[in-house]
Amino acid sequence: MHGLIHRSIQNYMCDCYGMDAWREVAARAGVMPPDFEPMLSYEDAVAHAVLEAMGLVLRRPRAEVMEDIGTYLVSHPNTEAVRRLLRFGGTNFEDFLHSLDDLPDRARMAVADLHLPAIELHGHAGGRYSLICNSATTNSGAMKGFGHLMTGVLRVMADDYGALALLDLEEDAQGREIVRIQLVATDYADGRAFQLGGHGT
Amino acid sequence: MTAVPDSQVLDVLCPMHLMLDARGVIIHAGPTTQKLRPDLVLVGTPFLEAFAVMRPRGITTPALLRAAHHVKLHLEMRGLPPARLKGVLVLDGRGAAIVNLSFGISILDGVRDYALTNADFAATDLAIEMLYLVEAKSAAMEASRMLNLRLQGAKVVAEEQAFTDTLTGLKNRRAMDQGLERLLAASSGFAVMHIDLDYFKAVNDTLGHAAGDHVLQVVAAAMLEETRTSDTVARVGGDEFTVILPDVADLDILERIGRRIIDRIEVPIPFNGAQCKISASIGTVWIQSSKTATRETVLEDADIALYASKNKGRARQTFYTPELRESANSTTAPQVRGSQKN
Repeated sequence: MHGLIHRSIQNYMCDCYGMDAWREVAARAGVMPPDFEPMLSYEDAVAHAVLEAMGLVLRRPRAEVMEDIGTYLVSHPNTEAVRRLLRFGGTNFEDFLHSLDDLPDRARMAVADLHLPAIELHGHAGGRYSLICNSATTNSGAMKGFGHLMTGVLRVMADDYGALALLDLEEDAQGREIVRIQLVATDYADGRAFQLGGHGT
Repeated sequence: MTAVPDSQVLDVLCPMHLMLDARGVIIHAGPTTQKLRPDLVLVGTPFLEAFAVMRPRGITTPALLRAAHHVKLHLEMRGLPPARLKGVLVLDGRGAAIVNLSFGISILDGVRDYALTNADFAATDLAIEMLYLVEAKSAAMEASRMLNLRLQGAKVVAEEQAFTDTLTGLKNRRAMDQGLERLLAASSGFAVMHIDLDYFKAVNDTLGHAAGDHVLQVVAAAMLEETRTSDTVARVGGDEFTVILPDVADLDILERIGRRIIDRIEVPIPFNGAQCKISASIGTVWIQSSKTATRETVLEDADIALYASKNKGRARQTFYTPELRESANSTTAPQVRGSQKN
């Protein structure tokens, strides 16, 4: 699995809970030295072990940790690049939702060997959507809880676009995580500014 | 006869366009074109007043401009901030013309200078994807660059911390220094042999560096064979070696080991049909659980003994005695040479 994923998990732990907490997680997960290189690859099992260790150290269930990582990825100043790249997906939240089908391809376009779990967006009547996350089949299931992570991402991105949306997660019979999205208003608030040319200025 | 697309259609398909009448005066500006110069009234302005055609050269009249239809135009929009645009002009068959514009490679400056958004580009325009790619690739490149810097740093550190001489596989000076410090700290008895090859420079000069390197490798192997596994053999300079021998019972043992090393080194070494004939001078210091010796004094003593061997005609071993130091002080070479190295 791509080191960018491992490194993101590490950064979340460091930025939100401090270096000592991360070192404890790394020690429990057997990560030595306690540092992931974002441009190298690591075993899928390593990510799984780190996520499990984080649950133990933070005393929180995996699902909650994953959602928190999702929130972190698009709201923390250190991960502004992720938020910006996602904002290229669409001009409003609805547009953005439709761009999610392309997300794994977009990720691969940026970094050729970065494989994200497959996700599928289905639209229903009345501004309802379902995002089906098939994390069990990619990366040997190491990204279990990817649906929760996407819930965190979507919550922040809805705010970012100034949309009002209700999110809910359920698991279907095949173990797929499905994020249920009820889009209440596309332009509910002003949202955060996004300029195409804002990068590096 | 084909229908001429009206301006509303063009505003969607190519929002950065202009319509010109037969005299080359702008009669309609696409929404994005107008965004480049919000304070300028484009409609009613002659095209060649608002734009300079940089290439093809010499397009200064409406007639020449119309003649350049279907050709890629390099344009500069007058006013600030400067805008270098690409364009193409088509005639509508009824006297009017349409010029479609694009930022081309200056798209990054364009979106920044004019605060353009997704809505300013046609839905089919790849500009947004291009901007996404530039930003994503820059981030990935930066991450790779940082990785390379870290790897480079790690390589330098690894080299600094290396204990092996890469040419011979012997220990290097740093390893020798540490081994010596350990023995001194333990206050145990040991001996240090400082070995300098004789006539090695001649091999290098006449047969070349490849021969020299080969000789050094053969000599290194010989030294390892003639010493005990508990001894440390280090290459500490071009053709200088130091052997640290712990647990030495008497001078006879050192005498024998030194003799064997010199004998082995004097065996001619074949290289590409030539015979490399060298020898070695050895200066040896035997420390019997001394409390006052330091790494510097031990190496200096060995150096003084080595120079005594050189002075006595080379190809021999000399044991350090305080008298040697006195006679060395009265001459010049060894002390100076010994203290210049570290």
